Amino acid sequence: MWILALAFVAALTATSTAAATTGDMAVVGPGTHRPLYPASPEAAEKGVPVAAFRLDRTPVSEGDFLAFVKKNPQWRRDRVARLFADQNYLAHWAGPEAPGGDLRAPVTRVSWFAAKAYCAAQGKRLPTEDEWELAAAASEAAADGRADPAWTQRILDWYARPNEARPVGQGPANFWGVRDLHGLVWEWVYDFNASMVANDRDAAARFCGAAAVSAQDKNDYASFMRLAFRSSLRADYTTANLGFRCAADAKGSVR
Amino acid sequence: MRSLRSTELALGLALLATACNQGGTDDAARKTPAAAPASAAAAPAPAAPADTGGSAKGDFGPPQGEPIHAVLTDPPFVPPPTNRKHPAKVIVDLEVQEVTKTISPGVDYTFWTFGGVVPGKFIRVRQGDTVEFHLKNHPSSKMPHNIDLHAVTGPGGGAASSFTAPGHESQFTFKALNQGLYIYHCATAPVGMHVANGMYGLILIEPPEGLPPVDKEFYVVQGDFYTVGKYREKGEQPFDMQKAIEENATYVLFNGSEGALVGENALKAKVGETVRMYLGNGGPNLVSSFHVIGEIFDKVYYEGGTRYQENVQTTLIPAGGSAIVDFKLEVPGTYVLVDHSLFRAFNKGALGMLKVDGEENKPVYSGKEVDSVYISDKVVNGKAIEQATAAMAKGTLTKEQQIEAGKKLYLGTCSVCHQQAGEGIPSVFPPLAKSDYLVADKKRAVEIVLNGLTGPIKVNGADFNSTMPPMSQLNDDEVANILTFVLNSWGNSGGIVSPKEVEEIRATTKRPPGAAH
Repeated sequence: MWILALAFVAALTATSTAAATTGDMAVVGPGTHRPLYPASPEAAEKGVPVAAFRLDRTPVSEGDFLAFVKKNPQWRRDRVARLFADQNYLAHWAGPEAPGGDLRAPVTRVSWFAAKAYCAAQGKRLPTEDEWELAAAASEAAADGRADPAWTQRILDWYARPNEARPVGQGPANFWGVRDLHGLVWEWVYDFNASMVANDRDAAARFCGAAAVSAQDKNDYASFMRLAFRSSLRADYTTANLGFRCAADAKGSVR
Repeated sequence: MRSLRSTELALGLALLATACNQGGTDDAARKTPAAAPASAAAAPAPAAPADTGGSAKGDFGPPQGEPIHAVLTDPPFVPPPTNRKHPAKVIVDLEVQEVTKTISPGVDYTFWTFGGVVPGKFIRVRQGDTVEFHLKNHPSSKMPHNIDLHAVTGPGGGAASSFTAPGHESQFTFKALNQGLYIYHCATAPVGMHVANGMYGLILIEPPEGLPPVDKEFYVVQGDFYTVGKYREKGEQPFDMQKAIEENATYVLFNGSEGALVGENALKAKVGETVRMYLGNGGPNLVSSFHVIGEIFDKVYYEGGTRYQENVQTTLIPAGGSAIVDFKLEVPGTYVLVDHSLFRAFNKGALGMLKVDGEENKPVYSGKEVDSVYISDKVVNGKAIEQATAAMAKGTLTKEQQIEAGKKLYLGTCSVCHQQAGEGIPSVFPPLAKSDYLVADKKRAVEIVLNGLTGPIKVNGADFNSTMPPMSQLNDDEVANILTFVLNSWGNSGGIVSPKEVEEIRATTKRPPGAAH
């Protein structure tokens, strides 16, 4: 399996040196994701196998989303059903069809429903949490960079800084050729609230010190924070630093 | 009183003995007190003060009157007493903000806060009040946050009900059944990091009759902070997770900044006044041995509870706990607040000041007042230091800026021994003014600051045989600025020491074992 993965990477290296255009996809995996809160003892021991899939090399940009809204006016902020997006949906835009700022910046203030609709319109889908985490575990040098303290500290540093806007695609390409998984915006995943709902009757047990009781790696603070962030969301929520990117099954693979 | 004490002592011994005889099981210990009243009944013991009944007696019925919006205050200030005789519905609006602020002169840190301040805004309600809590999370926040108020009766203390994504708001309601002073804090995973970034504050649940009136009330909370750069390393410093896990604090601070309670920000009161401090300890890791140099707490409501102890020198404040201290001020001067785990005060910033104005009171205290406290590193509130840091970063640092910054640092670090005008103290601390020893060798001067100096030397013809510890807490730029100031002051011959020179000497000389860096 790993040889296969490496072959993919070799094929990608040539294209990943230049900053990717949005919508361009990289093949990620196959691999094994080790969730912070495994759903079963088996998952705790062996991790969750993730089949190879394709993932946008960058988050969706404001410009990308503008094109989507123009083509699908039911997703304009003045027409969207309140059920599908809260009142801050695209609230930073100058007008319903005018982002106003840098079109290359990642789109934010989009709900899960809107992100899902966007991906569907491209013939894609949102990545699952396992897929996203597998892709995001990679540093520039390794498929799993989490043992590298310098890399993990860099991720934590982003959490410790105020927001800054910059165009998508400027972060370094990781092992899979994917950029900006860390250090730009939070990203929606398809099953964003699964780990809270599926594995735990009492989500409150995750708060305070109790969160450490069942965690697999108590030092994986970045995962804790992503998990906490995702579990604070509802599908209609939008926030100023939450964007998304799309995924698709690997060609010819069966999921 | 005396007989009561011996009864208690006897009881205690009996308890101990019983516990030992029965193998010291929990069961045995629990059973013993039940048998105790029989033996104690023989002595006409004065009635013990009734307990408050705790939460069982804390419900005074449904809220009365119109809902009240709670007055919230920034530290070190405290909202006025509720002065209410009935339970009310109190609405608390608190907004979480992630803000970059000064943690130490020239050092910025991104704090996560309740209300933009560390500690978070002070909340004051009355026992029996129904609190309608609105927690907002500012749209610019990166993280979701929540609040666990230790004053809440119920699982999670509000945490589960208040988990809030950026740009959103949560609401929950609780009845304040127990009186006392309580910490509140964020409890979002990883909780230690949220707390280490400043997410804590105090909520006071007043007893129904209120607390005894005092003249001044203050709000002080200790916290420990963990930065990637070392203590006072300039610039923007991120959170260091590994140091936090190792409980190796870079800073231990009152009210979230080295400058929060010193200089012009010092707490102020007058002779004759009684002050009360609402004290908390956010942690996340360290326990505070809170002490005010030169004062004795007349009362300590230990652990923020109902009872008080009297005549206390130092009180322990657990992480996630509190204390209320009252003391009357008889003598004017500067009283220094410290964590009496002293390296935190000397080397990590756990210092504050209470400045007391008024008439001298010689019968109580005759001593001369020395404003330079015996804490080695006085905190300096220096624009000059920040300007020098900024200039150094840009590569435009001038000699004048070095001198200005160095002067502030000298007064903070060096003047305690070498004195304000560099005159030293004869036969104890050598002079730096018109010093032949100093100007003879600039490199040696840098070495001494970095590495310390022990043993006999001759300065301006006089013999000294003393010890100067390595000033290992100072950074290269600080050493350079201090020495440039000293070389250009008090009749010395001038010159410049650059941060680069200090860096080179630091790299090529050996420090005594134990000296940092």
